[in-house]
Amino acid sequence: MSAPAIGSHDPASEEGLIRRFLNATELDTRMLGMVGALLVIWAGFDIYSGILRPGDGLFGGSFLTPRNLWILMVQTSSIAVMATGMVLIIVMRQIDLSVGSMLSFIAVSVGYLQVYGLGPALGVGHPAIWIIAVLFALVMGALVGCLNGVLIAYLRIPSFIVTLGGLIAYSGLAWWVIRGETVAPMDQTYKLIGGNGPLASIGPFWSWILAFLACGGIVAAIITGRQQRRRFKFPLRPIWAETVIGVVGSLVALGATWLVNSYPWAPKVIEKYALEHNIPIPDGALDASGDAICREGDKIVRCVNGLSFETGYAIPVLIAISVGFLMTFLAMRTRFGRYVYATGGNPEAAELAGVNTKRLTVMIFTLMGVLVAVSALISTARLDSATNSLGQFNELYVIAAAVIGGTSLAGGIGTIYGALLGALLMQSLQSGMTLLNFESAYKDMVVGAVLVTAVWLDQVYRARMK
Amino acid sequence: MSDNTGSSGPTPLVEMRDMSIAFGGVKAVNHASIDLFQGEVVGLLGHNGAGKSTLIKILSGAYKRDAGDILINGEPVKIDNPRDAKALGIETIYQTLALADNVDAAANLYLGRELRTRWGTLDDIAMESQCRQVMGRLNPNFRRFKEPVKSLSGGQRQSVAIARAIHFNARILIMDEPTAALGPQETAQVGELIKQLKAEGIGIFLISHDIHDVFDLADRVTVMKNGRVVGTAHVRDVTKDEVLGMIILGKCPPGAIPGPGAIKDIPAAAQAAVMGHA
Repeated sequence: MSAPAIGSHDPASEEGLIRRFLNATELDTRMLGMVGALLVIWAGFDIYSGILRPGDGLFGGSFLTPRNLWILMVQTSSIAVMATGMVLIIVMRQIDLSVGSMLSFIAVSVGYLQVYGLGPALGVGHPAIWIIAVLFALVMGALVGCLNGVLIAYLRIPSFIVTLGGLIAYSGLAWWVIRGETVAPMDQTYKLIGGNGPLASIGPFWSWILAFLACGGIVAAIITGRQQRRRFKFPLRPIWAETVIGVVGSLVALGATWLVNSYPWAPKVIEKYALEHNIPIPDGALDASGDAICREGDKIVRCVNGLSFETGYAIPVLIAISVGFLMTFLAMRTRFGRYVYATGGNPEAAELAGVNTKRLTVMIFTLMGVLVAVSALISTARLDSATNSLGQFNELYVIAAAVIGGTSLAGGIGTIYGALLGALLMQSLQSGMTLLNFESAYKDMVVGAVLVTAVWLDQVYRARMK
Repeated sequence: MSDNTGSSGPTPLVEMRDMSIAFGGVKAVNHASIDLFQGEVVGLLGHNGAGKSTLIKILSGAYKRDAGDILINGEPVKIDNPRDAKALGIETIYQTLALADNVDAAANLYLGRELRTRWGTLDDIAMESQCRQVMGRLNPNFRRFKEPVKSLSGGQRQSVAIARAIHFNARILIMDEPTAALGPQETAQVGELIKQLKAEGIGIFLISHDIHDVFDLADRVTVMKNGRVVGTAHVRDVTKDEVLGMIILGKCPPGAIPGPGAIKDIPAAAQAAVMGHA
């Protein structure tokens, strides 16, 4: 940034005020821009869908509703998980084109294992099935990723070629495992990983607990940050800036939680659950606008103040958020992350500083493989089946998410939260256009154009920041 | 000035004997020997491609030698990578500076040697604090601790690279064209720094093709040509013209100890041409 050092400020002007705010809070302006773009897209879809067919969204459409945003989050999680790994790969000046095929390969293998291996061997519904399946997928992902990494680092084959080969070969393997069949169904517990079924969300109570923990975490992080800075007598951020960050951060956490807690179970699902668990259904009068169920005579009907359940955070979304935190920690707070960025900035310098860049390359591709496995688990669990076409084109969306999120293909630059936002932005475009009944050909055109535009805007932004 | 000449004096701090390295058939360094004593500055001179940077990169661990021995304080040592060299107290300031442009000064200062908290995470605040201290000595006006080094000026980048080399108690310092990217004032500062480090007993290899720089700062010079050592001399025993003759023609003057790269006879006309040119 060409901005002056903290403490100094431009002559009092409107622009100076904004700059001072950004300097004091040390917020990433690029991230703010992305959040702004995301909000504009969301509002646009809501307004537009409202014009076509009024709904109960924030602006009268059907996009900004708890239901749609909840689904959006679940749909984003698979790509988001992989995008966090792709950031580190691209930061290290590498690329992984094989993630989509690798996802297919792992998905059909883990599906095959459950349906033809563990099911018959242990008995369908055995409680160990999902654990074995998850471990199997993670180990498989690590091995395949490690193979990519070894070929790239030690045999010095460019990552583009190795993973292009992987893209073709792993999809062949995926077909070979199940001969083009669809394997289904998945284990009952396993399905929860994908947010499949009403119990695959943690409910309002635990969602609120998480939200309060998040708020506590934000406050704790700010306080320890201040203590650290004070310990070394560094300039402190002004109190008002810390407060703004704390309050906004907490509001985002609480708002998101309120949103997922406003998405009720479908009446049919409530009914089934109540019958299975012998939960009494209160008496009440029919009201089609309600989200609860009541007993009216001997019929079960929709009503306002009856039995109802809210979903809360879905498990795949929690997985994606946890992966995001973990990867951010890895990238920012550990030696491993520091080496990845330094190597991306100047591979020769990192080597001369004693960084074992070959081992590092193997490590990031192995990590990528593990993340692909996580996504494979989410996808198969969500669809309750596995086919060899499951991960098709995922590599493109994953790379696009990372790049839209500000990862530079020249290496050395990129953030995990950027990639998460990028994944959410792309999924928002796709979901929004689906909601508006766009043809899929139009959807692809728009997403492609957005990718190119985002990178162009990013370059303009970076050039101006110099 | 040091009086340590030849093998009869005290043990050299560094001795590289009969070093050879080839890249795809090209003998970049060919049976070169060189030594350095404590508190001494040895200038390494030669044309581009003479092999001086390559020879020194063997010492810093960037290249692996094909043949030859490296001795530190008379003990043979094994240097296979930059980590080995650093463990022996050999620090290098590369001509390219070898900075990771996308991270800040503190991250570069500690690259490969990060300070960590008791949980194993990076202790960025402690690193920045140390960085502020060492940079405060080298470049008191430096304030841009939070910015990637890409956005710093040439002199500031240079001071980050120098800080990294001297911060970890180096015994042996290799400076490859340390002033190539600097203005006159910054060049003078680097000169002062070299004198100060020398007074602290650090041995310094100074690689340069600016003969005047080397004559100002070095105690001895070693000249290389085509991968071979032409000769080594105390700067007081030779003139700049003679050293120039070593660099251009490979002719070793009487004041220098000849190496395997010195030629025995040269045409008088060529010699006259060189002297006239100088």
